[in-house]
Amino acid sequence: MTSESNAGVDRWRKFKNAFMISLSLFSAVLVIAPLFIIFGYTLSRGIGSVNVDFFIHMPKPVGESGGGMANAIVGSLIMIGVGSLIGLPIGIIAGIYLAEFGKNPFGAAVRFMSDVLSGIPSIVVGVVAYVIVVLPMKHFSGFAGSVALAILMIPTVTRTTEEMILLVPHSLREASLALGVPSWKTTIRVILPVATKGITTGILLGIARAAGETAPLLFTALGNRFWSTSLNQPMASLTVFIYDYAKAPFDDWNRQAWAAAFVLICIVFLVNILFRLVTRSRYGIGNT
Amino acid sequence: MQTNIPQTTAEGRQQQTGGRDQKSEPPVVVSTQNGTARSTNVGDVVFKNLTLLFAAGVFSLVFVMAYFMYKGSSLSIAKFGWSFLWTSVWDPVKGDFGALPYIFGTIVSSIVALAIALPLSVGVAMFLSELSPRWLETPVSFMVELLAAIPSIVYGLWGMFVLVPFVRTYVGPFLSKHAGFIPLFTGAPYGFGMLTAGIILAIMILPIITSISRDVMIAIPNSQREGALALGATKWETTKIVLSNAKSGIAGATMLGLGRALGETMAVTLVIGNSSKISFHLLDPGYSMASVIANEFSEATTDLYLSALIEIGLLLFAVTIILNAVARLIVWSVTKRFSQ
Amino acid sequence: MELETLEELPSPTMENTTSNQRKIATVPQKMIAKELNCYFGKSHAIKNVTLGIPTGQVLAIIGPSGCGKSTFLRSLNRMHEVAGGTLTGEVLLDGKNVYDSDPVVVRRRVGMVFQKANPFPTMSIFDNVAAGLRLNGTRDKNKIAEVVERSLKQSALWEEVRDSLNKSGMSLSGGQQQRLCIARTLAVDPEVVLMDEPASALDPISTAKIEELIYDLKKSYTIAIVTHNMQQAARVSDYTAFFYMGELIEVDDTKTMFTAPQIKRTEDYITGRFG
Repeated sequence: MTSESNAGVDRWRKFKNAFMISLSLFSAVLVIAPLFIIFGYTLSRGIGSVNVDFFIHMPKPVGESGGGMANAIVGSLIMIGVGSLIGLPIGIIAGIYLAEFGKNPFGAAVRFMSDVLSGIPSIVVGVVAYVIVVLPMKHFSGFAGSVALAILMIPTVTRTTEEMILLVPHSLREASLALGVPSWKTTIRVILPVATKGITTGILLGIARAAGETAPLLFTALGNRFWSTSLNQPMASLTVFIYDYAKAPFDDWNRQAWAAAFVLICIVFLVNILFRLVTRSRYGIGNT
Repeated sequence: MQTNIPQTTAEGRQQQTGGRDQKSEPPVVVSTQNGTARSTNVGDVVFKNLTLLFAAGVFSLVFVMAYFMYKGSSLSIAKFGWSFLWTSVWDPVKGDFGALPYIFGTIVSSIVALAIALPLSVGVAMFLSELSPRWLETPVSFMVELLAAIPSIVYGLWGMFVLVPFVRTYVGPFLSKHAGFIPLFTGAPYGFGMLTAGIILAIMILPIITSISRDVMIAIPNSQREGALALGATKWETTKIVLSNAKSGIAGATMLGLGRALGETMAVTLVIGNSSKISFHLLDPGYSMASVIANEFSEATTDLYLSALIEIGLLLFAVTIILNAVARLIVWSVTKRFSQ
Repeated sequence: MELETLEELPSPTMENTTSNQRKIATVPQKMIAKELNCYFGKSHAIKNVTLGIPTGQVLAIIGPSGCGKSTFLRSLNRMHEVAGGTLTGEVLLDGKNVYDSDPVVVRRRVGMVFQKANPFPTMSIFDNVAAGLRLNGTRDKNKIAEVVERSLKQSALWEEVRDSLNKSGMSLSGGQQQRLCIARTLAVDPEVVLMDEPASALDPISTAKIEELIYDLKKSYTIAIVTHNMQQAARVSDYTAFFYMGELIEVDDTKTMFTAPQIKRTEDYITGRFG
């Protein structure tokens, strides 16, 4: 190659290089943009309507102002609570198994299944909850919604619990074993307390995921325009509330949907930020 | 006694009598994790078995779900068999059901989503793993994570009130004007449609494709990059090499993104238009499997109707499980290959 | 259990019978490793070692990096298997094989101090020392307080922390943390204390304090200490064993070992020709 054609090739390569780098930068911007657009839009449409009334009042018929989503908030809280009661112990204890005894093929299989479980669409989980709970009970119920949420929480909680326990330095386990403390006691009284902070935020993450779900509640808890805290009856939820009010042809209702959406997105973001802060500061790694 | 005395010194060992082969003796202690070998401690045994029980529960959950879904769809499977997959009639009154329009809508919107998301995701993954300065990497990754955390109903709400009018006012007419000779890019001027669904799905699956692709690319050892740079390659050319190494991992990430797109419900339901007619125009309204379940499940009046809807759910279940399983195996094997 | 002496079992140390080695073999041995072979998977880390730890004395274990000193130590209190290793042979504690006993019981009788101090981060100084007691079921507050004070005194830390027992264990300096770990180990009242390079991560002053400590502890405990610092071995121990590539090359009383070693390899190591 002569030096002229070298120069020519070099120029073209340099151009391609610069072009692709800027393209990559551009796509990064393009990908991050929706985050700000969506959050910003939700903020602008929703924040005006978020006031105390909104949280403590019941939904009002169309035309009347001042309606709120009290029953939806309470319903969500109840179903998330009951769902956690079912799902958290299962996830945590399974996570403990994976961290302590899981370095074998069965452990790998459980991990694999947990990952597969997390990829199942939430509406399918709703269908399962329908078949398992609603059909035998012959009616929709808050309990069915709770079961669906519990199933959704399990994979996240299992994996984070495992990861957090594994992050505890091995030297602590050694120190405790060397003192003549049995292995199971070492796990419960020495290892878990150290991992607690991380596990808790993992739990919050799992709960946040479940809290944002709508589809599985549509035909399990169904929804309820009236006040009901009974798990044996249809139950309102924040997410279904947003759905119903968004679809409605009334401006006032749409406005309320935005307000509720804003509340929801704030809660979810806060939990995610908390999770990042805790896992990063505690062990000095950038978690992904 | 002298001949029985064990030899311990290096010199003494030459005088060792007999051909004692240590390797053939079984180990006295077989190790397990955490010193629980031969633990006679009751606490240890109880603890292990209790946690094992719960882990087994998680393991079997998928099978339990599959069983119940299959049971629930048995009526519909018995009546329609495989033709359920390619029939387009959906008549609750007559009791005749075929899922083709929904399968079609799901596939089309997902393909559109992938077509938009894949290049963008790879671009961002590339940026994060190769090009971005260290201090920028964490904030950007975090923002991608936040994008994934947005509840789908919020996406749906935004899609309905912002994206739909946008498509109706700008994107639709733009496409019709400049690409209208391809029938694909024409359709109804509602704003609701498969294209809109595809766009919002794209935004929703970007995070998962991005983060897994980025992880796979980061796992490619630096020796590959150094080798390329030492040959005088530019940054982009080096990146191309990393990309080709990460190819199968990115494919796995794409499959996971596809899985997510197939099952997404709320955002799609609010923007796809919910029309059971099969159309080859992207701007026309369509219907997805998840949407029809969401819309009609609570209203299903007959057992057969319900069973048909459950069968659609079963289809989604089966497809996403297979996609997930294959994708994770691919990603796992790629990262394993490079971490050695 | 009767302590074994030469007449009751085959010489636990060396086959070559010089008067020096006979001398060691006549001393009561608290623990005896017999034909010990330790493996990590296929890797043969300890090769057919038979070695005793004389009661109430300090045995130093020296050798170049990677020669298996730590592995050997860990096989004595059944920590080797915690790290995933396997072994053949026996380790006798007062004549009974530890591998036939409950590992939890063994570890209470044979304590261990690690190279890097590992106090429990979520516990205070007091709680750290009390940890072994509490986790093993002791509830009596008075007894616990008494044991904590005694242990901290034994590890020469009491005067420095008596007024801040509620502070976190992590608030101490490196040397103090290590003494805290020693106090923690002593609190469960072991019979043998194994130390795996306890001062290697510490500054000279803390190291000196720990060495003084070991000299005092000898009165109440049998001690085995792994060290890569030969001067430390010479200062602190009564007997020294030299390991090389997983094998026990020589063991003798410390004075003789460092002035007149019998085997050339030992001499080469001690004079610094390698390692």
